[in-house]
Amino acid sequence: MSFVIPKESFNGKVLAVDFGKDDKALEIGGETCLPFLTFEGEVPNRPVIAYEIQDCVPDDWPDTVKNVYKDVSGDPVAWAKYCQNELKAKAIALRLASTHPDRGNRSAEDASKTVKDVLAAVTVPLIILGSNHIEKDASVLVAAAQAASGNNCIIGKAQEGNYKTIVAAALAHNHKLIAMSELDINLAKQLNILITQMGFDKAKLITDPMCAALGYGLEYTYSVMERIRLAGLAQNDPTMQPPIVGDVGMYVWKIKETVASETDVPDWGALEERGIAWETVTATSMMLAGTNLLIMRHPKAVENVNKTIKELV
Amino acid sequence: MALTGVQIFKLLPKTNCKKCGFPTCLAFAMKLAQAGVDISACPDVSEEAKATLGAASAPPIRSFTLGTGDKAVKMGAETVMFRHEKKFVNPCAIAVNITDNLNEDELAHRAAEVAASEIDRVGQKLRVDAISIEYASGSSAKYEAAVKLIAAKAPDAAIILNCKDAGAAEAAVKAVAARKPLIYCATDGNAEAMANIAKANGCPLVACADGLEALSALSEKIKGLGVEDIVLDSGAKTAKEIVEHNTQIRRAALKKGFKPLGYPVINFVLRDDAIHEASIASVAIAKYSSIVVLSSISKWKDLVLFSLRQNLYTDPQVPMQVEQKTYEIGEPKADAPLMITTNFSLTYFIVSGEIENSKVPSRLAVMDCEGLSVLTAWAAGKFTASKIAQFIIESGVADKVSHKELILPGQVAILSGALEDKLEGWKITVGPREANAIPTFLKSRAS
Repeated sequence: MSFVIPKESFNGKVLAVDFGKDDKALEIGGETCLPFLTFEGEVPNRPVIAYEIQDCVPDDWPDTVKNVYKDVSGDPVAWAKYCQNELKAKAIALRLASTHPDRGNRSAEDASKTVKDVLAAVTVPLIILGSNHIEKDASVLVAAAQAASGNNCIIGKAQEGNYKTIVAAALAHNHKLIAMSELDINLAKQLNILITQMGFDKAKLITDPMCAALGYGLEYTYSVMERIRLAGLAQNDPTMQPPIVGDVGMYVWKIKETVASETDVPDWGALEERGIAWETVTATSMMLAGTNLLIMRHPKAVENVNKTIKELV
Repeated sequence: MALTGVQIFKLLPKTNCKKCGFPTCLAFAMKLAQAGVDISACPDVSEEAKATLGAASAPPIRSFTLGTGDKAVKMGAETVMFRHEKKFVNPCAIAVNITDNLNEDELAHRAAEVAASEIDRVGQKLRVDAISIEYASGSSAKYEAAVKLIAAKAPDAAIILNCKDAGAAEAAVKAVAARKPLIYCATDGNAEAMANIAKANGCPLVACADGLEALSALSEKIKGLGVEDIVLDSGAKTAKEIVEHNTQIRRAALKKGFKPLGYPVINFVLRDDAIHEASIASVAIAKYSSIVVLSSISKWKDLVLFSLRQNLYTDPQVPMQVEQKTYEIGEPKADAPLMITTNFSLTYFIVSGEIENSKVPSRLAVMDCEGLSVLTAWAAGKFTASKIAQFIIESGVADKVSHKELILPGQVAILSGALEDKLEGWKITVGPREANAIPTFLKSRAS
């Protein structure tokens, strides 16, 4: 018996989405095969990692990652510049955390000022994220989309409870949009349909099927992502063809494994390496399941995942 | 290819003698078709039928054991490409490579590290399963001594003899033959000598070639020399080669029934940087490797890789469950709030995560509802007022708290009246419907 490479070809294709502008613009997606299987399809774009920054001091981040930014995290502009200039970030994800009613409840006007300031300070593409408060995001992200008009940003996250105003704002100001649902392929599909029914181009959408940290439900995210990819490629389901985002950092840097000291849990070993490895491995496995855009926090984790991406393409 | 129950039935004696434990030959044939029983259960079946059945019923990926004893690791027998289709069967072995040119103390230390690697995670005992001992000294005597020392210091670990020199390998195999070491490896150049050693000692053998075409030819050759238990190394080194080769190997075996690649896969992921190595190891774990060999281990690295392996090898059709008990989040004092939820792991992770976010130390009573979420458990009659009441009383949580107030998930607000009747003296408070409202809820109570 002689070996023949068992190839599979698909009718479907992941949509390519660009964001940012001029020579710093990036493109994600566009592949015609399952992740990294270039022996049977095209993978025109590498996964992109965006550094997460916030509009307030990240006092809820554990020391391992908080200390990296201690000199700049009081000011989102300084923080963004640090990521772009020192860490060589290809993209930045600005989370408007302080607009959350429990974290300062800053206004939509404050948020749009922050967005404008950050956009004025850096040239890399910007992802603008709300505080994940359904009602508040509906007003904050509308203001942010307006403030960022003309910058071809990614705005997110539109969810079932607030997508209408956010979609309208992304449409009006020509941004890309993250549609987020909770770990269910049918909900992801339904939300994408609702959004496109408003006249929003599916080629400007990015799907967030909800991330999970390693050890805390990662297998659900992993399988939902794989199923979305298979639906988009093998079944050629157009509603399942947008690129996928993995909001990795926020899920990783709050679990016990990235917080508990070695003194408290001697069996778990060194805390610093443990935390960085946790974010690295969570992100690596998300990529293998189909993630095109990763949002991460620790520079060493970003560096390690980039090394792996280099080996994967 | 697999036979149907009726096809199998035609090969059986058709005596309905019941010696196999089934009432009729047809019933036995049906069970055989589902691979739920072995043909050897029939004492009267002809040799010819056995051979036909054996060839047809052999799993597309051969299954055997790495190592000996109760810590041995089953490999192979995988049936799907994606874990949502069906459970991945045998979690990959995690191994570390040790070179024989270290001094005795270092060898002993590295072996002891493996022996002490076992940790308990979500109710499972997980450990570094195997040690690859690399022949780097160039001295057969030194190699044999190192193998013996490591085998003694890590008595439960499976042994991989990483040695392409047939002479040195043979001496080492004999020294630890009782441990059934995996011999690494047969190449095109030494295949006969290595196959003879493996066969003579009843050990599994790795076939190592550059690329899948050469590998297929080599595994056929070794099989022809009488070795049944074969592990594949396609020479994959980069993450890309690991993903592509391993995908092609599994696809060829499962979808094309291509026997030369129907074996477990070993991947060496050695990297200088420990975190980068963990990342490449996670590629191999996710993408079909049966043995992942690292250059170093440490507690944090073990934990991260054990966790990934455990996550990806869980059964997607059985809800993951957490242990029924009262979890303390933060450092709750006696007057801290007491909440209740079900033991579906995702429910637990989300609810406990939101309680952590609230920064309000609390107790979370997690009740065994067979891994169902709150609303499903309620609908299935597993999360009812009387069952909750019984759980709270038997849990003894009343002794830990200075109040008698239980916060119920908003989804099951309907239970609050009945629960107050069943739990005498308790006040039942209805909490938020969705977990993301928990921080606001707890904070507003605390202020």
